[in-house]
Amino acid sequence: MSTSGSAGPGQDERRRSAAELRRENLHIMMRTLTLAWHAFAKDRAAVGALIFLVVVVLISILAPYISPYDPTDAVAKRGAPPGTEGVILGADLDGRDILSRLLWGGRISILIGFVPTVAATAIAVFLGLVAGYIGGWIDQVIMRVLDIFFAFPLVLMAIVVAGILEPGVATVIIAITIGLVPYITRLVRTTTVSVKQQPYIEAARAGGAGVPTIVTRYVLPNMLAPVIVYATTLIGLMMVVGSGLSFLGLGVQPPDADWGIMVSEGRAVLKKAPHATAFPGLVIVVVSLAFSFVGDGLRDALDPRARVR
Amino acid sequence: METVLKVEKLETQFKLRTGVLKAVDGISFEVEAGRVLCIVGESGSGKSVTAQSIMRLIDPPGRIVAGKIWYRNLDLLALSESAMEKLRGDRIGMIFQDPMTSLNPVFTIGEQIVETIVAHQGVKKKEARARAVELLRLVGIAEPERRLNDYPHQYSGGMRQRVLIAIAIACEPDLLIADEPTTALDVTIQAQILKLLADVQKQLQSAMILITHDLGVVSAMADEVLVMYAGRMVEYGDVATIFRHPRHPYTVGLLDSIIKLSDNRDSELRSISGLPPVPIDPPPGCAFRDRCSRAIAICGEQDPQPYNTKTGSIVLCHVIAQEETDERQVSA
Repeated sequence: MSTSGSAGPGQDERRRSAAELRRENLHIMMRTLTLAWHAFAKDRAAVGALIFLVVVVLISILAPYISPYDPTDAVAKRGAPPGTEGVILGADLDGRDILSRLLWGGRISILIGFVPTVAATAIAVFLGLVAGYIGGWIDQVIMRVLDIFFAFPLVLMAIVVAGILEPGVATVIIAITIGLVPYITRLVRTTTVSVKQQPYIEAARAGGAGVPTIVTRYVLPNMLAPVIVYATTLIGLMMVVGSGLSFLGLGVQPPDADWGIMVSEGRAVLKKAPHATAFPGLVIVVVSLAFSFVGDGLRDALDPRARVR
Repeated sequence: METVLKVEKLETQFKLRTGVLKAVDGISFEVEAGRVLCIVGESGSGKSVTAQSIMRLIDPPGRIVAGKIWYRNLDLLALSESAMEKLRGDRIGMIFQDPMTSLNPVFTIGEQIVETIVAHQGVKKKEARARAVELLRLVGIAEPERRLNDYPHQYSGGMRQRVLIAIAIACEPDLLIADEPTTALDVTIQAQILKLLADVQKQLQSAMILITHDLGVVSAMADEVLVMYAGRMVEYGDVATIFRHPRHPYTVGLLDSIIKLSDNRDSELRSISGLPPVPIDPPPGCAFRDRCSRAIAICGEQDPQPYNTKTGSIVLCHVIAQEETDERQVSA
């Protein structure tokens, strides 16, 4: 038994061990990802949903090439029902082809659903971890500032952002990101606080782990599951919120369309031409659902307790 | 034998809205290499806070307000946090009460052992892994090479406690602190874990602090015993002295409450009536006086001071101190 160990390893050794630890971390991360992928692959609903989403994204990207018409051209009788010659899904009240508009609208809707949620989650994970783990006045400052953001409705926030920038997709994305951060941060903070009280955190500290190690290897991975699930369910919701902002003239400008705007435009003629609302509505529901399934699959895949061997 | 840990008049307090909770109030003891000190006491008597104070794991609103903790010639309370991190898990190993939740659920057992070894000893991962296998074998996990890749939820409670012991001894610490290591386990496993602890402690010749409320565990494991009550030390001495000649009325009551084989079914279970006080802004005097059958006037006025008894233990009790002083005067 060595008693000289209390002096700690030499400078060289310590540097080597730090590099070693980094490599070790990377290795563990890669292995965890591989394992998680295997677990994810077993969840049929999640895999199906992921494939579906990939297809939807591809179609949206390829919209200029595969769309039958220009989404802003009137090509058929106003409110033509589905199955009409040339327009499979019918036409909206301006006679524009619904299929073409759905294909083009997907580009904007997916962008508005996905980008702000991911960006807000990244920001919120950082803020929430800092607030929840460090606590004290830093916690107070972060959370009270976010409370101020809470006080402004999303729409007001968007008006402010639109006042600074031009109305458009970027405005919607920025506004929604800012609007989402307080919600996700609250969840991250709460989960962080509860994870922080787990005995394995104290055990890790008793084992000599420093704050960076504890946050990245103990708190973060144990905190992430509910956040991922919450974030993925938000994606669908944000598509709708984004179209709400566009409806107010803060986002996408007519005659461009996203799915949400198509729904709200069709609302006026719901009785005469229900298909103008039904198809974009259906697409939103199915895509949102797909994101939720992927989220559930991700959560299970990242949790070793739920991994089926 | 060299003294590994020396605690002098340790005081740890928690500032609460209702007052100052004196969780640990003037505890002193020392542990030598190769020896086992058992800290006994009821729930809330400050045993775990003592252990956390030694590890410097007390978080606000808690604070160590007075006293000294010497690890060999290092003043632990004066060390920087990063120096303390190097000691924790390396020179001082700790084993916790609840093995079910003391392991990180998202990493494999192997990764968690390797992490500790790599962090403290700066060895290559491969070496650390080989050492992890060796450690798992040492603590009695069958097929260690395979079980290394399992996650904590695939281990039973007893096995997880074995793993936690393996992590605690990974760097061959010279001080082991076990905080009620068998409380969450069932009785048959308890004996195995205690034996394992005793074995590794012998092998490493480390000093060990074992916190428990089980007097059976004390008699099986301890070299020295420290009895705590409401954050204060009550009696301190070697195990034979304390068990044969308990002096403090609390220790006497504690030992008397053990069920003996000679008790028949009809005999009543003995207990100390009343409950221990919560030491929030405690009034002066002995904390045990309200439950003590021998209490006298001074017990409610002054804090008892450590007194070396003729039987060899240190007792904090006015009654005992007076008795012995009187005896000495008579014989002199």
